[in-house]
Amino acid sequence: MAEEETTESISEEEVSEDLDPILAERISILENILSTYDISISSFLGEINIHIQKIDLLDILTILKNSPETLCNLFLCLSIVDYEDRFEAVYHLQSTTLNHRYVIKSSLDKDKPLISSCIGIWKGCDWYEREGHDLFGVVFEGHPNLSPLLLYEEFEGYPGRKDFPFNDYKEW
Amino acid sequence: MTNQQSLNSVDMLLNMGPQHPSTHGVFRMVLQIDGERVIDVDPYIGYLHRGSEKLSEGEQYAQIVTLFDRLDYLANFNNELVFCMAVEKLMEVEIPERAEYIRVILCELNRIASHFLFYGTMGMDAGASTPILYGFRDREKIQSVFESVSGARMMHNYFRIGGVKEDLPTDFFEKIYWLIDEIKKGVDQADSLLSFNEIFLNRTRNIGLINAEDAIDYGLTGPNLRASGVSYDLRKNDPYSIYERFDFDIPVGDRGDVWDRYFVRVQEIRESVKIIEQALKQIPDGEITANVRRIARPPEGDIFAHAENPRGDFGVYLVSDGSDKPYRLKIRPPSFCNLMALRHMMRNAYVSDAVMILGSIDIVLGEVDR
Repeated sequence: MAEEETTESISEEEVSEDLDPILAERISILENILSTYDISISSFLGEINIHIQKIDLLDILTILKNSPETLCNLFLCLSIVDYEDRFEAVYHLQSTTLNHRYVIKSSLDKDKPLISSCIGIWKGCDWYEREGHDLFGVVFEGHPNLSPLLLYEEFEGYPGRKDFPFNDYKEW
Repeated sequence: MTNQQSLNSVDMLLNMGPQHPSTHGVFRMVLQIDGERVIDVDPYIGYLHRGSEKLSEGEQYAQIVTLFDRLDYLANFNNELVFCMAVEKLMEVEIPERAEYIRVILCELNRIASHFLFYGTMGMDAGASTPILYGFRDREKIQSVFESVSGARMMHNYFRIGGVKEDLPTDFFEKIYWLIDEIKKGVDQADSLLSFNEIFLNRTRNIGLINAEDAIDYGLTGPNLRASGVSYDLRKNDPYSIYERFDFDIPVGDRGDVWDRYFVRVQEIRESVKIIEQALKQIPDGEITANVRRIARPPEGDIFAHAENPRGDFGVYLVSDGSDKPYRLKIRPPSFCNLMALRHMMRNAYVSDAVMILGSIDIVLGEVDR
């Protein structure tokens, strides 16, 4: 992520070479409005992925929601992915007017996954965050009620994680 | 003093579900009521949680299609389509034209079947018992065509990565033209029975209101969002498959009440018929599957695919590590988000309208709980 600042000009050149111009334009707009943050933007199969630091999450999501170039008013999806060395929170945002879609990715610690709750920006992320807490044990700071959603109260462990013994698990 | 105390009302908690027939599955909500008014509602889900996302991590790609049938069990083809689209996008597979047309025809038929069922249950929730007979009558005809195509009424397992399982049966075209006539007749009948019925209007107008801004904030999609006046339909806004080739309209409501949510769906049946008719005219002969290996191994990477299901924006986030099983599969079920807005819609409604409001969201617990 740190190399992004220095290779910005190079990545822009690459972009203009092998990407279709609409995507390239959207990426350059994003680089403009998010220029003060430590991010790296890449594109994969027509999708724009933005890797961010988790401290900047709320600021960047607010900008993406309110900026007239992006207008991501619809919170599509929040997925937690359990990689070997880290958790990743993946936010999919959609604009109902411009029809853009952006993917925001942020890495979380493996031992103590913690990220700010964006319930103040979209009410629609409420249950997604509860589910993330339920199945993966990710703590969403600022969420008013992280009680179990899909599992029952007494359930122990985080069944979404890779180390949960899924096939050996016996309930009765 | 004692008089004063007795006049003070005390909020009552009313538990509804999980085995209540009008919750459309196993869904529980705790209503906090003051007299006849609902002050707050606390929904509880998870009774049908089967861990489909985690299960998929242990299955090969072709096997996962069966799991998707069981998510939104009223829109099986639509679910299968989204999963296949995600894998195909990652593998950059080109689908044969005929397969695309078959998929669109079946998905639109499934949308009609789902909306017919909604029509029936909506009438039932309002206390009318005829609509459910109309709704199920026409849905059954569609399902008999599904059976002749895929061999199953509901759990089809018919779409494959790269195409469909087998070609349409020889008498399909005969059957489908008959079916379209039946659907057209059925929807006209249904519409004239319920839509502008005085009693039904009184029960549904200005109830469970949600405006466009709140609807988007809660992540509402599909007919529920369009009833609030937002013309957002992925078939038009972000055309997938071959939907840009068809000419159809997006019905929208203006108030976002129960009646709007009902009527948008009734109109959508007619629009879907339009799409099917055009697709039947255009469908070419040819291959039905692309040249894909039987055990699909998409390259490393992650992709999000979504499509317009009968209930809204159904999405799949797929992370592949290059093996024959997905590393992570996250499902974005539309009913899950639609249900979040229930609290907003139900505040200050009458207890007797609670059932109507829940019914108008048209949830399927199979995809809420996954």
